[in-house]
Amino acid sequence: MNYTFKWSVLWSGQSGAWLLQGLITTLELSALAWLIAVALGILSGALRTVPFPPLRWLATFYVEFFRNVPLLVWMFFWYFGVTPLLPRGAQDWLFNHGLEFWAGTIALGVYHGARMSEVIRSGISAIPRTQFEASLAMGLTTLQAYRLVILPVALRLIVPPGTSESLNLLKNSSVALTISVAELTFQTRQIETYTAKAIEAFTAGTLIYLVLCLSISTIMARVERHYAIPGLISRAQAG
Amino acid sequence: MDLTVIANNFKFLIVQGLIGIGPFIGGTLRLAIPAIILGFVLGIFIGLARLASAAWIRIPATIYVEFFRGVPLVMVIFWIWFVIPQLLRRPIPEYGVALTAFVIFEAAYFGEIVRAGVQSVSRGQVEAATALGMTATKTMAHVVLPQALKNMVPSLVTQMIVLFKDTSLASIIGYVDLTKAAQIVNNREIKPFELYLFIAVVYWLCTYSMSRVARRFERRAA
Repeated sequence: MNYTFKWSVLWSGQSGAWLLQGLITTLELSALAWLIAVALGILSGALRTVPFPPLRWLATFYVEFFRNVPLLVWMFFWYFGVTPLLPRGAQDWLFNHGLEFWAGTIALGVYHGARMSEVIRSGISAIPRTQFEASLAMGLTTLQAYRLVILPVALRLIVPPGTSESLNLLKNSSVALTISVAELTFQTRQIETYTAKAIEAFTAGTLIYLVLCLSISTIMARVERHYAIPGLISRAQAG
Repeated sequence: MDLTVIANNFKFLIVQGLIGIGPFIGGTLRLAIPAIILGFVLGIFIGLARLASAAWIRIPATIYVEFFRGVPLVMVIFWIWFVIPQLLRRPIPEYGVALTAFVIFEAAYFGEIVRAGVQSVSRGQVEAATALGMTATKTMAHVVLPQALKNMVPSLVTQMIVLFKDTSLASIIGYVDLTKAAQIVNNREIKPFELYLFIAVVYWLCTYSMSRVARRFERRAA
């Protein structure tokens, strides 16, 4: 072992600016992809319960196909495969507005939408039908039953797995470096290339991811405990 | 859609890329199968260590799990790919890097599954085994683990599928797996839509059949 540490590479030169830019891109990419994932998750989750089979099949196909194929393949598929098939005008617009970023956002969002769909579905199906029937028997309207009984419980059930799925999304945003989106891992790699100081560069990147993930999960655990209904969800107290 | 590109390169994609027989050291299966087995074995130790009553075993295991669950896999691959050769002052082959990264990373996830599985076995079982005069090790091996394993099957299979998909990331460091094989063919043929859609279907066939087998196994075990 013969390695001289030089931690100053992290704040001398452009390294600091690169890390910051990388962090911002990671957050932007993850936030946009998260919105897509939640929207698609809710939509496909709802479609899987409608009484019209073709729509149900479409939603099932989406969930089963997209979540069972590696994200990296989807990155290449959207970036290299789909872009050339777009109309000329759309291609020009994308080339001028960061094509990699948008392809990465779509790949990440559509992939995680399929996984989010399962989280949402299992949260809703965990609520017994009798709860809904009991609400109606108590004289609530359907809307009131959803607003006052079903959703408050379903949301509490969805928060813990939804949080871990959102963290997976954040961590998976690093795969976008393969289509050269300048996110955090990409910038860490760039610092390594310029300074030849691998340990310092990867320590910085790793610590930023760790702080992000641990702080999100700590906040969400607190939210979960704050809103827990005593005796209803024992997991909230145990976890 | 031009399917001749698939037909012409089918052998390279499947035999070299998926299975790993050919001029390159590669193959998705050749990486995924050892990674799943070794990751699970290491995961058993980590999961049990997290349940240990001795703090000097429990705390390092907890830090291990929390650390690797808070870091992207790509980052772990880069650590091993760039840092270990610098420390050892000699290059490591891609296969070794990828296998090490996957085993270390996935063991944290397998460890959590093992822990949850062991905790799902009711306390009464342990108390009954103790009352029958079994030692702690015997209780774990003959009473707790067999029952825990049965409860773990669904999440274990999910994790194996995740690991199988994750092996595609080995292509980043140049390991010739299915994804890299498609990239190599695409560089020559420039048919990205067809090629990436094709390997998506191949990955899907593998992962979907894994989940089908698991479902059948679950029904029989129940």
